[in-house]
Formats: sequence, structure tokens, C-alpha cells
Amino acid sequence: MPLSGIEIYKLLPKSNCKECKFPTCLAFAMKLAQKQAELSACPYVSEEAKQALDAAARPPIRLVTVGANPKSFQVGNEVVLFRHEKTFYHPTALVVRVSDSDSADSIANRVKEATTYTVERVGHNMGLQGIAIQNKSGDKAAFARCAQQVQSLTDLPLMLMASDPGTMEAALEKAAAQKPLLYAATRDNWQPMAALAKKYQCPVAICEPGGLQPLSDLTEQVSKTGVEDIVLDPGVRDFNGSLVSLTQIRRLALKSNFRPLGYPVITFPSEAASSLEEEALLAGQQIAKYASIVVLDHFSPEMVYPLLTLRMNIYTDPQKPIQVTPGVYPFGNPKPTSPLLVTTNFSLTYFSVAGEVESSGFPSWLMVTDTEGLSVLTSWAAGKFDAPKIAKTVKEFKISEMVSHQSLILPGAVAVLRGELEEELSGWKVMVGPRDAVDIGSYLKRSWTS
Amino acid sequence: MPAVELPVQKWPGRIHEVTLGGNGRKKVVVGGEATLPFLHFEGAIPHRPAIAIEVHDRNPAEWAENLRQVWGSALKSPAAWAKKASELGADLIALRLSSAHPENGNTGAEAAKKNVAQVLEAVDLPVIVLGPEVAEKDNEVLMAAAEAARGQRLAIGDCMEKNYRTIAAACIANGHVAIGKTPIEINLAKQLNILISDVGVSRDAILMDPTTGALGYGLEYSYSVMERLRLAGLQGDAMTAMPMICTVGEEAWRQKEARVSEGVPTTWGQAKERAILWEGITAISLLEAGADIVVLRHPRSVELARATIDKLMAGAGQRSA
Ligand code: SF4
Repeated sequence: MPLSGIEIYKLLPKSNCKECKFPTCLAFAMKLAQKQAELSACPYVSEEAKQALDAAARPPIRLVTVGANPKSFQVGNEVVLFRHEKTFYHPTALVVRVSDSDSADSIANRVKEATTYTVERVGHNMGLQGIAIQNKSGDKAAFARCAQQVQSLTDLPLMLMASDPGTMEAALEKAAAQKPLLYAATRDNWQPMAALAKKYQCPVAICEPGGLQPLSDLTEQVSKTGVEDIVLDPGVRDFNGSLVSLTQIRRLALKSNFRPLGYPVITFPSEAASSLEEEALLAGQQIAKYASIVVLDHFSPEMVYPLLTLRMNIYTDPQKPIQVTPGVYPFGNPKPTSPLLVTTNFSLTYFSVAGEVESSGFPSWLMVTDTEGLSVLTSWAAGKFDAPKIAKTVKEFKISEMVSHQSLILPGAVAVLRGELEEELSGWKVMVGPRDAVDIGSYLKRSWTS
Repeated sequence: MPAVELPVQKWPGRIHEVTLGGNGRKKVVVGGEATLPFLHFEGAIPHRPAIAIEVHDRNPAEWAENLRQVWGSALKSPAAWAKKASELGADLIALRLSSAHPENGNTGAEAAKKNVAQVLEAVDLPVIVLGPEVAEKDNEVLMAAAEAARGQRLAIGDCMEKNYRTIAAACIANGHVAIGKTPIEINLAKQLNILISDVGVSRDAILMDPTTGALGYGLEYSYSVMERLRLAGLQGDAMTAMPMICTVGEEAWRQKEARVSEGVPTTWGQAKERAILWEGITAISLLEAGADIVVLRHPRSVELARATIDKLMAGAGQRSA
């Protein structure tokens, strides 16, 4: 949490020697608080003051990197409890777990599936972030072998899960270059685990299911050894427990500026789920409510696709709504005789129109105009959705070659554009569609004869 | 070691309690929360969110095949459908009078009276009656429904900006709860609550529907508007402290991801399961944003939502975490 000018002033020498080029220490402190001066301008500042100011400048939730380039992921550094207050910055990493007691074939399949999985949504490709390897066999050599196998099959970041430090190190000897996340330091093994994290420069998860006080104490101990890249596992698995403890950790970090819990959090939804669906729902809760890494025990596209979509929704910046790439979108195999509707590239407008076109049963073309992410009326009012712009889009995407009827359907809310648009697009017929997207189906039924 | 002081927020406001049913019929109370969703350690959450199952007064041919199959012959009559919904664990029946839509039969007041009476007869659950969402027809059939069910304390909607007066007045005259629906915007929602109150509907008889965006189709807007409405209500703004209802099934099943099994990318996965998760994840996300009633369509989503609500309510009564 940033310090105020007065708080900074208390840390300065108060000699008013002016060497910083400010008339007084207080004036300098005020500029520092506004980030308009650098602390290094004062030659007399104490080491203690430096540390205090550094600490205050640190984000309340640490940004932690897992994996090595090019495919590392970063989590943490969140600044709000509710996305509307600003935005959530670092999308929850979805990680798929394999176990070293599984057969090599099944591990290979799972890892390949998870690595190659990618799905497109409004022009964005979404996929998974990492593979977790669980030491279930209890065998050191098997774990190391498994880590090596997985590493050879994927460029995704890894997470090594073993409670015995010797076993962990055996795998680290194979995979340390990839900067895996080590899971986990516990009250029983934290010293050697922290030493491994330090030696191999890897982030480490701290698991303490006994409550937030013991978790905080353990984190303090680990961070005192010089390990700073920490991920927290409060060890609470069920729906309510997870919601409560993750909310408390986020509140403590952001509202109380409580350092020992100012780290990203990891969850394991399958450990409280009795079915794949339940695992998905709990993972969904955790994506929205404060998990930075979610480890899945099942991988299936029908589960992962909705979760990735949810993550995209929740992590979209509310100030910068997702824009749909301008262009022409087909619905239900349209032909050159199918209707052509026009809309804007504000994602919500697009989705409501697309949803109605989709369910109307009419194969159709939907032309998305670049309105810089504004809705129909807002963009019209702002001069970003006018006749020249629509005409230009029609020409740009060579729409006259796609439809034979040379007519387009304008959103009802901008019916006024009709005359001008017919002038801009000679030979085209401009029809006025409904004001509300819900009425598209009935409009087409009534008005469209190809 | 620094001591962890669990942050407990004091909320000056409380969400209004709204009772549905009663008078010989089962009672469902929603609202009354004194904290954010499921944070039992911080304040009372006296009532669990309720699950309504959506039933139509006509056989909805446009519904996805997957849905039509699970409901089977029950789709043929609203009474049979409501009965089956009740057996499958609905807390409430949400009867959509879609046959009154000009393109789905354009039925009128008489049909509405008959269908509402049949559903009330078939189940002992409280009932929500929704119009076809065409303003004039809504007025006609919802007034008829309100009269036919006098004293049964239905929830009736939607009151929209253009027609809230008629429907709100019918709710007052017949002892029902009014649902106000506004398009994903906090001020519009508040404004409509004020207008409905000004007609004379008391605070314990208003539900608000801030409009549901399905997963991938505007969910984030609904999610944030609902969080903001709930925060405002808890901060003491009585005109945003109405319990919220979300038509999750309707919105989720409108989308391709729930409806289409062929000709979609293989990365979307198996269709049946995907559809259920599309509805289920939309439901759970909005419950966590403050929904007090979710209206669902698929029995498996209902089952999942119920199990999840059970687990989220498990901490109720405990005052520490
Ligand atoms: S250089 Fe340091 S001690 Fe001198 S006036 Fe500036 S802040 Fe004060």
C-alpha cells in the first residue's frame, strides 16, 4: 500500500538541506508520494527508510511467474475484490494433473491432449497453462522419470507435487530449467522445501490446512529464508470453505495490507467433487472468486471450454469490453440468397444479435462493423456507426460477391441511416430491422423472402 | 509473527425478504441477506437461494432436442410438466405464458387463466408467472393470471419500463409479488424499483431481474451489475436491496454451445455434457454474484445447482471461518 507524503516525511532526515533540489524534506516527501520524484535524489536517506519505502511500493499481492520462457504464466498482482472496481489482471491458470503411478501411455495422452488443446472465441485463442505431476507412487525414481517424460512432451510450465524433499529434488534435477512450481512446503518439510526453491530458483506453494494464522506463520518463515515467489494453498477444499478462505485471503491482502498472505492462491476442485460436473462448477467458482491457479484432475473439452469461456468473461476489463473482429460471420450455412444483417463490434451487441440470428432458424450472414467496441446507439451518437462506415465495411469485405440479393438489414435503432446508406451503396436495398435483438426471429419470418 | 485479523465487514443494509406461496401452498422465502453471497461468517443468510424450473403453457418445438427428450411427454401439458418439475426437486415453478406471443398462438386472457389454474392445481409449490415479453400481451395475460390466482402470492413479471403500472397494480390488487426487469444496468434497475414502489407495491413484494447474460454471452455484465446491486443494497440503499431473479435456462439454452451438437468445433467437446455445464456454470456464477432465484431448464442442471447450493449453505450458522 503506497505511503502518504506525511508518512514518507517521517522517514526522511528532516534536515532540509535542499540537496534533493526541493526546499524542504516535506516538499520532497510530497513529490515522492505523487511519484514525481525519486528517492535516490536524497543522499542522506537511511537504509531503514529505503526498505520501508520499497516495501510500501510492492504490490499487495505478489506477481509470481511459473515456468520459463517462452511459455511461462504469471499470476497474482490483483488489486481489487470486485472486477467492476477496476479489473482482474492475471487470468486464473488452469493446470491439468497427472500422476507418476499412471501408465506412461496414459500420461503421454493426457499431456498431449492438454498441451495441444486450444479453442477460439471471438478471435482469441484459449488454452491450458500447465501440467502438474503428482508423486503418487511414493517412488523417487518413478517421479523423476515421470517429470522427464512430461517435460519431453510439453512446453507448458510444470508443477511438481511431492511431499518428500528428496523426491522433489530428484525431479528437479531433470526439470529445474523449466522453473516448475514446487508443491508443497508444509509445516513438516518447509525448511528443506524452501531450500530447494532457493537453490533451483523456483516458485513454491505453501500448504497449511490448519487455518489462516498457521498459514501466515508458515509463509513468514519461508519468506524469511529469502524465498519470495510463493503460492498459497489454504487447504480448504469444499465450496463454502474455499469461497470463504479465498475471500479472506484476498481481503487481508488488499484491505488490511497483510503481507504474509499477499500471494496468489492455488486450488484443487476435484478433491471436493463427486463428479466431473461438480469439479467444473467448483473450478468455476474459484475462477470468479480469487483462485490464481486451479488444478484439474479431469480433462475433457466439454468441461474445459466452458471454464475457459468463464475465465475470459470474468477477466475481461470492464472498461474495455471485448471487441469482436469486424467481418462477415455465417450462421447455419448461409447461401448467397440468405439475409444479411448489420451490427456493431461491441461484444454484447454482437452476442445478443448472433444468439437471435442463430435461434431464428434462418441461415444468415451477419456483418460486424468496426465501431471501436461501442453499441449501436452509442456508436451512432459518437459518429462511429454511420452510412459511410457501413458502406465502407460492405465494400471492404466484398459483400456484394457473397450475397446475390444486394440488400442489407439495418438495426431498427438507426433507421435514420437508411436514405444516406442507399445513396452510398448504389444498387443496394436497405431494409430496417427490429430495434431489439429479440425480435429478429419474428422480423425475418415476416419480412424476409429471398 | 503478525496476527491474522479476519476482516469482517459491517453492512448497514439488508436485502428485503420476499415470501412466495403460502395460503395452503408451500412457502418459499428469498432475500434477507445481511452479507455477500454465502459469507456466513460475516452476517446472516436466512434463506437459501431458490431454484425454479421453467415450464411453458405450450409445447416448445424450438427447444433443443436434448431438453425436449428429458422432459418427454410432460411437454404436452403445463400441469404434467409442472408436476414432473416438482418431482425433480424444483422449489418453484416458473410458468412462461409463451402461447400468448403473437407468433406462438396469440392466446389471450382465457387461456392464461386456465393454464395458471391448472398449474396451481397440479403442484403445491409457489409459482412464478411470466408473460411472452410483448408489452400489450403481457398486460393482457398477466392481469388475467393475477386475478385467477388471487391470494396465492405468485411472482408476476416482467414489469418493464413501458408497462410496469398495469402489472404492478394487478399484483397489489391480487396479493402477488412483482418482478421488475431492466437491461443490465444498475441505475435502470434502481429506477424501476422506485417506479414500482411508487405505484404502491411494498418492498417485500418486489423481485428484480437485472437481465441474464449467459456464459460467453454477456455473463460478465450481469455478474458485475448484480455484484454492484447487491453491494449497494447491503450498503443501505433500500431501492437496490430487492432479491434478484435470473432466467438462466432461457439464456443459456439460447446459445449455440447448449443447443448445437453437429457442425461445431471438436474442441467444444461432447454436446450433452457441454450444454449442462453451460447452464450450470451460468447458474453458479450468478448465484455467487447474488442471485436469489435461478430459473433453470435441464433436470441435471437443477440437480447440480441444488447440490452446490447445499454445499454453499453448509457454513450457515457457523460464525467463524
Ligand atoms: S536531500 Fe534529503 S535531507 Fe536534504 S532536503 Fe532533500 S530530503 Fe531532506
